[in-house]
Amino acid sequence: MGKIIEIKDLRFAYAAQEGEKAEEVLRGISLDIEEGEFTAILGHNGSGKSTLAKHINGILVPSSGKVTVDGIDTADEEKIFELRQRAGMVFQNPDNQIVSSVVEEDVAFALENLGVPYEEMRRRVDDALKAVNMYDYRLHSPSQLSGGQKQRVAIAGIIAMEPKCIILDEPTAMLDPQGRKEVMAVIRKMNREKGITIVLITHYMDEAAQCGRVVVMDKGKVVMDDTPRAVFSQVEKMKRIGLDVPQVTELAWELRKKGYDVPADIITEDECVDAIEKLFR
Amino acid sequence: MTILETQDLTYTYSPGTPFEKTAVDCVNLKIEEGELVGVMGHTGSGKSTLIQHFNGLLKPTSGKVILDGEDIWADKKKIRDVRFKAGLVFQYPEYQIFEETVYKDIAFGPKNMGLDEDEIKRRVYETAHDIGLKEELLERSPFDLSGGQKRRVAIAGVMAMEPKLLILDEPTAGLDPAGRDKLLEHIKAYHRRTRNTILIVSHSMEDVAGFADKILVMNKAKLFCYDDTSAVFSRAEEIAGIGLDVPQITKVFVELKKRGLDFGRDVYTLEYAKKLLLKELGGERGAGRC
Amino acid sequence: MLRDITIGQYFPGNSLIHRLDPRFKIVMTLIYIVMLFTGSSVFCLALGAVYTIIAIALSKIPVKMFFKSLRPLLPFLVLTAVLNVLFLDGGDVLFKWKFIEITEDGVRTSVFMIIRIVLLITGSSLLTYTTSPITLTDAIERLLSPLKKIKVPVHELAMMMSIALRFIPTLIEETDKIMSAQKARGAEIDSGSFMTRAKNMISILVPLFISSFRRADELATAMECRCYRGGDGRTRLRQLRSAARDYIALTVTVVFLAGTIVLNILLKQFGI
Repeated sequence: MGKIIEIKDLRFAYAAQEGEKAEEVLRGISLDIEEGEFTAILGHNGSGKSTLAKHINGILVPSSGKVTVDGIDTADEEKIFELRQRAGMVFQNPDNQIVSSVVEEDVAFALENLGVPYEEMRRRVDDALKAVNMYDYRLHSPSQLSGGQKQRVAIAGIIAMEPKCIILDEPTAMLDPQGRKEVMAVIRKMNREKGITIVLITHYMDEAAQCGRVVVMDKGKVVMDDTPRAVFSQVEKMKRIGLDVPQVTELAWELRKKGYDVPADIITEDECVDAIEKLFR
Repeated sequence: MTILETQDLTYTYSPGTPFEKTAVDCVNLKIEEGELVGVMGHTGSGKSTLIQHFNGLLKPTSGKVILDGEDIWADKKKIRDVRFKAGLVFQYPEYQIFEETVYKDIAFGPKNMGLDEDEIKRRVYETAHDIGLKEELLERSPFDLSGGQKRRVAIAGVMAMEPKLLILDEPTAGLDPAGRDKLLEHIKAYHRRTRNTILIVSHSMEDVAGFADKILVMNKAKLFCYDDTSAVFSRAEEIAGIGLDVPQITKVFVELKKRGLDFGRDVYTLEYAKKLLLKELGGERGAGRC
Repeated sequence: MLRDITIGQYFPGNSLIHRLDPRFKIVMTLIYIVMLFTGSSVFCLALGAVYTIIAIALSKIPVKMFFKSLRPLLPFLVLTAVLNVLFLDGGDVLFKWKFIEITEDGVRTSVFMIIRIVLLITGSSLLTYTTSPITLTDAIERLLSPLKKIKVPVHELAMMMSIALRFIPTLIEETDKIMSAQKARGAEIDSGSFMTRAKNMISILVPLFISSFRRADELATAMECRCYRGGDGRTRLRQLRSAARDYIALTVTVVFLAGTIVLNILLKQFGI
């Protein structure tokens, strides 16, 4: 499989206000993402992770450097709609991305814009709704749905475009634990069953732990890029950046610091239980 | 002394219609002055409806709310004074900001109380300090601040009324880990200075375990339990049973117990787990043995 | 609470009237209005009344709903009646006191006017009662689409309308939330003097505006991300299909209109 997203030395600064110097939000990012990969971009507020996300489907274009998605240069205005069809985006606030008063019509919105003929549209809308488990709600009004359900409708609206890649910008930040679980389950399923490349922007470490790869951002730069296990085991570095690690990882790290023989890369409860048991036996 | 008491508090939405729903069902509760209470329960458990009774935004369908020794609905005209005694901070409170300067926005509540300028000034400065807003920010427009700072301005706006009971509905929602930890620290600072009772609604057991003296759990419109933090976490499995997440560290120790390693205590914070394990293992190991 | 207010006057249902193509319903409503204004005698209106009663019966919407829709217009009806009775002269004088003179023509006209207005309101309420706002917007867009040729932004107007409909519940909920938050800070909104209340409205309106702008901004980005680029080349999921029943209903309506016109001419010829 090839690379679907290629980011090369991306720099970006918002237009400066009068009398102020433009501050770079992204300061030289190079990152490649393989087709079918499930990547989390982890970082605290203001680390530039959302700004990076907005570059992947051309909402923002680089001040310098280059972003290519499935061979399309995001700065190419001619191909902007083709790009957005291949790289769909889901945002944080579920209320502010639902356009229609009827669930199924909202899912159809992108297809209507693309001029997809009725028969095909009907099929794709129904498939998308079934994929996110919202088919039974197709005739409901979005205002009757919970946050997690709304967010799943938003995801269905993107899936209906049949994109190769979905970028989710903190899709669970405004949801309760139940809604977060529902949305994460749907995202994982899209990756596993449809092979859609997922880029998940988040500051929840437990969500990042479910991904295949974690890219950690700080002050507009990529500071770590590895498997969740390798990233979380660097407890000190993560804490310095202001991010959480799983409690079990931190406990293992504390014990190691005190000289006990505990593996450094514990990230699950079972591993932690085993390690502690070993210490006492 | 008891600051807040509810007697058979019941609230029904849209009574007499097909949409009738009892959101709070016969809750009896006594909260002592000065406590820091974590309020938990999943969405629809009735916790949001419950806390809106404490400052009189909702009127019970039946039952009583007794705040600082007085039935808050005894005299309907005095309900506004109740709001000064029980301050409520809603979820995502930054959306309530409207004044031109941070100072004015924090002063809005105290001004409504009819306090004089000097007292208002003292309160604005003290709460701004507690919540970690630098003085030079006070004259800035709140709309120029970062999301986290706006959140703190909004919370300070209620804190400045110096309510005897402060209720915060998910104050850390949407914040990143560093922002969350800092905000909880600031709330604790305010608690240390004023010794006022604070109720914090949270979805995160790990957070609640870290700050609360007591925990109130709502489930299906009923009070599931209200007890000391340690007592509540000793019922870890029951709590997991009603769909709430128990801290990861608690789960580890529950599992260890099943495997025969019983430390005789319930563990719900990382700090405590670390201390306990080190003690049981006999302290620090010499260098070179790892 | 604000949340309890139902928006739009739509009564969901599955009656024959509900199922009619909304485009036909709009056209029929227009024909109906023409019919009411062509008829110049009470007999013509009787024909209109028959039409209305049949339609209401078929819609299965409780009759009291229609009385409800008339209630706000009561003062207007009374005013129309009084003006007509007092200022129209002609025919026998029924009552005279100082300068006030009530004539037979005056009474007749005022009864006629009242019936006409009542029928007008009832008939058009039937349209909004049996058609959801979003369907109505959609039908209007399609009926007006020929106007696109003369550069009328029909699609844009319809899109604005449907987004407004989508966000009404959201904004109501938000207003409710902001009101509660400001009340919790001691703002007097439903009590206090007029001046304090007016001043406190600012504490609700400012946050509401700010959040609406933020929503609008985010929604625009989200729409662009889903390839929105205006009405050109758009297809629709909602298919409006006309069936035999639509044509039958339309024919019936036209027949009633024709009946009214014929009756009108006959009545004039016989000088009634």
